[in-house]
Formats: sequence, structure tokens, C-alpha cells
Amino acid sequence: MAEKKVEEKQYDTIIVHSAVYKTEYTQKYINRPVWEYPNENHVFSFMPGSIIDVHVKPGEKLKEGDSLLILEAMKMHNNVQMPFDGKIVKIHVKPGQKIPKKHLMIEIKRL
Amino acid sequence: MSLKRNILDLRKRKSEVLKGGGEKAIEKQVAMGKLTARERILYILDEGSFHEYDLFVEHVARDFDMENKKLHGDGVIIGTGTIHGAPICIFAQDFTVAGGSLGLMHARKITKIMDHSLKMRVPLIGINDSGGARIQEGVNSLAGYGEIFFRNTLASGVIPQISVILGPCAGGAVYSPALTDFVFVVNNISKMFITGPSVIKTVLGEEISMEALGGAKVHAEITGNAHFYAESELECFDQIKKLMEFLPWNNKQKATRVEPANPKRRKKVENIVPSDPKMPYDIRDIIEAITDKSEFFEIMELFAPNIVIGFGRLNGETVGFVANQPKVLAGVLDCDSSDKAARFIRYCNAFNIPIITLEDLPGYLPGVDQEHAGVIRHGAKILYAYSEATVPRITVIIRKAYGGGYIAMNSRHLRADFVFAWPTAEIAVMGPEGAANIVFRKEIAEAEDPDAMRQIKIDEYKEKFANPYVAAGKGYIDEVIEPEDTRKMLLHALQVSANKSVMGPNKKHGIPPF
Repeated sequence: MAEKKVEEKQYDTIIVHSAVYKTEYTQKYINRPVWEYPNENHVFSFMPGSIIDVHVKPGEKLKEGDSLLILEAMKMHNNVQMPFDGKIVKIHVKPGQKIPKKHLMIEIKRL
Repeated sequence: MSLKRNILDLRKRKSEVLKGGGEKAIEKQVAMGKLTARERILYILDEGSFHEYDLFVEHVARDFDMENKKLHGDGVIIGTGTIHGAPICIFAQDFTVAGGSLGLMHARKITKIMDHSLKMRVPLIGINDSGGARIQEGVNSLAGYGEIFFRNTLASGVIPQISVILGPCAGGAVYSPALTDFVFVVNNISKMFITGPSVIKTVLGEEISMEALGGAKVHAEITGNAHFYAESELECFDQIKKLMEFLPWNNKQKATRVEPANPKRRKKVENIVPSDPKMPYDIRDIIEAITDKSEFFEIMELFAPNIVIGFGRLNGETVGFVANQPKVLAGVLDCDSSDKAARFIRYCNAFNIPIITLEDLPGYLPGVDQEHAGVIRHGAKILYAYSEATVPRITVIIRKAYGGGYIAMNSRHLRADFVFAWPTAEIAVMGPEGAANIVFRKEIAEAEDPDAMRQIKIDEYKEKFANPYVAAGKGYIDEVIEPEDTRKMLLHALQVSANKSVMGPNKKHGIPPF
């Protein structure tokens, strides 16, 4: 009995339709991306690149489509715009800064 | 007398070209743990069978001082030979000559041997070891790549095409291997990527080594670009020779039949599988228990191991196995495993290799990552591949066959030729746990002790539906067989299917979900 328990412990489990299967994981499965609900108030970089210019200040009220900053990525100057009417809460980047992909650039708030 | 002089002159010219990139470059190649292009060819082919062509081809670049450079054979060796006595066309890029870079004449040599292999309907092996396009030749080298890709596509499904990556293979060059049937890689030697680490670093600021970006392990395990992984070049060459044993010369022939033999292992098949459908086992043990000599040549062993594919023999004839692997991820279908199986099914169909499907899966892998990665369209590839396959198709349901997975794994409804089931088979919309929770939701919720009621209902459902007899009662499976008879039934089914002939509607080609 004790022996059996040791053997069972080696397995991971997968649940499909309420049934719990004993099995092994692959490295790729372990490293799979974990999904998070997107926060609309966080403006992330969609590509790695450099901040060319920041057009806004904290507290500033903006309309949808107003320019927030210029992010240079893949040799293109990308105009990052306000996704909805709102105000600037916090700015996390400054001109000249190199940032990776999915870097939090600006926090905003819907008005 | 003068004839003798001509012969000596020929020999002198040949020996000059055979030096490749010269001693120093060869020393460098060896220091990287690599063999030379010619050594590689000689190792793969039968002894004394190699005949080289276009030895005296010279490059045509006239810019950047190239006209004064001599590049022996223009950095690639082409020729014909045999493997196990069967004819084959082969080319090998020579890294010692200008880094194996691809210029116009280099590409012309490759396309010449490709045209030859397609015309003669014999397999093609390409050994890739090249720094990429020869920049000095500009658009001519791009033209060369394009001509190669076009021929790869033209020959696809007509002759077996094999790519061996024994060095760098970067940028556009990767697309020739990607278009071929089987890609072989070797640890620490193979490197494949579209954009290299240095460009990624300057443009994106992401730092990564060549090995971590596109090394052999990465392509064998994560991307699925490679089908065979080896620790050394020699091991890789043995894998190639082994694979060739199972393949026909072309799509009009069958693979060479060998002397039939019984399985070696005499362990009872029924003792391999745990009776609890939630416990794992290695499906390869079953395959080896039923194939001739217990031989199973697995393909893509490291990628999506939740499905197992590969070749074996039944009664001396090559068959392709597609089998769910309960040992890994419970044998679920997901994006990667669907992709892996579907391509193999199409391969078998193109080259007249009967497909044996061993089924034991709980369904599709749940998860946001799977849904967002497109498990719908990837999963559809399996349905498509099985449905269009006209080679003999035989399914054995070992244990679980639930829901969409049951339909996808070569079910009767996709016109499988034979569907057998072990008495342990559970053919249903889903497992008893999930089904009971839905069908008896009300009873369970209203019970004094919901957990006890759930168990009662699960057992009730299990008794009634978790068996092969409901499907057998509708003729969806042909026979419930004793596990020990599996090989016998497969041999008989193959014998009956030997002259299978089906005709679909006329069309240019279908639109598979890729």
C-alpha cells in the first residue's frame, strides 16, 4: 500500500469534464502563458522599442484618440493614442527610454 | 599517349575541386564538431554508390571583387547514389566554401538535382549547412531560394523529401526544410531561425543565444519544425537510413515489403493497460506488442508527446501509427498534437501507407491558452486529414473515446474502414463524471447528500454507457475484440483492405484548415 502511494505521487493531474486523470506534464504545458483579464486603464507597449516623446502630464484630461506618446518600434514612429475619454493617472516612461514588449507605459482612468 | 595526358589532367582538376574550401576551412569545420559535406554524403549513402555531378561549376558573381575568387563547386555538392540499394538524389551544402553561402550557380546545382529526383521519382535528401544568401550576388541569390521552394512544393507528395540541418540555416533558407517531409536536427550543430540573435538584440533589445533561439532541442521540442533529434551527426545519419527503410520511392509505389515476423515481446497486451481509465500507461508498449519484431520507429518523439506517431510493420508491410498517449497530458488532443497527427496522416495517405489508429483519450485540452491559440482550427486538421485519406484506415479503441475526440480519431463516421474496440472501451459524449453532473444536475442538487448522490449517478451512467456495446449496437464499431487478438485483427483487416478503392468528388484541391 505504501509502495503504491509513492508511485501515484509521481504523476501530475489533468481534469477533463470533471474527471481527474493521472498523467505527466510537458515542459511546454508547464510554461504555457497564464491568461489575465486585461485592465483597460493600463497602456502597455505592444512591441519593444524606444520612447521618442511623451505628450501628456499626470492629471491631464484627454479625449479618445488624443496622442499619448510616440513609441519607436521596428523603425516606425508609432503614435500611441488615448483609447477613450479620460485622464492621465501616472506616467512610467520618459523620452529616450528603451522598453521591452508588454511594458506598462501609462496608467489612465476613464471619465 | 595524349589520352593518358587528358586523363591525368582530369584527375588533377578533380583533386583540386575535392579540396573544398581548403585545409584551414576544413579544420575549422572539424573543430565545430562537424563532418565535411562530402563525408556526410558518403556516410549516408551505400558504400561506393555516390556519383557527383557539376563538380566544375563556377560562380558567376562579378561585383565586389568576386570575379577573382575561386569557389570550388560553388559551395554545394550534388549527386546520386543508393540507400539500402534504393536510388536517391542528394545535395549537401559545403560550409568550408564561402560559408556554404547560396549564390546563383549554387542554387542552380540544387535545383538541377531536385528536377532530377522529381523526374526520376526517387527520394531527395538535402543537407543544409549554410550562412545564407550570398550578399554579393544580390537578388540572384533570392531568385535561387525561390526556385528551390517552388520545386519543394511541386515535389511534395510525389517523392519523399528529407532535410538535414547540419549547421546554420537562417533567414529565407529555413523555408526549404519547412516545405519538406522530414527535418533532421543534431544537438549543438543545427541552428534554424528567421531572424538571428544579433538582429533581435539590436531591434528589440531581447538577448538570447543561438542555441536557445533556434537550436536542435528547440525545434524538436517546442516549435515542431524538426521531426528527428540526434546527439551526433552519425546518430542522425543512422536515423535517416532507418527512416528510408519504411518509405516508398514515390507516391505511385508502396514501401518495400520485408519478411513478416512476429512481435518479439510476448507480454500480454491486456497487462499493459490499467483497468482504471484515469491511470496512465505508455501506448508505445501496445504498439510494440503488436508490430513485427516489436519494432516502432517514432517520429517527433519530443514534440506534443501526448500523441504518438511513427512507422512500424504488420506482416512485413509498412504502416503508420497514430496513437493517443495517456502517459502525457492524459493523451488529450490540443493544438500541437492535432497539427502533428494531421500532417502525418496526410503523409501516410500521400505515400500509400495504411494508417492504424489506437485510441484512448479524454477529449480536448481545456484552457484559455488553447482556445486563443486556435484549437478549433488546429483540431479541425485531424478531422480533415482522416476524412480525405483514401489509404486503409483501421481504428482500435483501447479505453476512452469521448466526445469530439472520438469523432476525430478516425471514427466510423469519417469512413474508417474498420473500427475495433476492446471490452474496456468507453464510447460516450463524455466521461461518467462530467455526464452525471449535467444529466442528473437536478437530482444531485436536491439530494440530502449531493456527493453521495453524485457517486450513485456516476456509477449508474458508467454501468449504462461507459462501454463499447452502445456504439456496437448501432454498428459504429465493427467488433468488440479481446486485447490479445489485436494483432490478428489488424493483419486480417489489412489483408482485406489491400485493394481498397474509393473515389471522392473531382476537385483541384481542398481547403484544409491551415
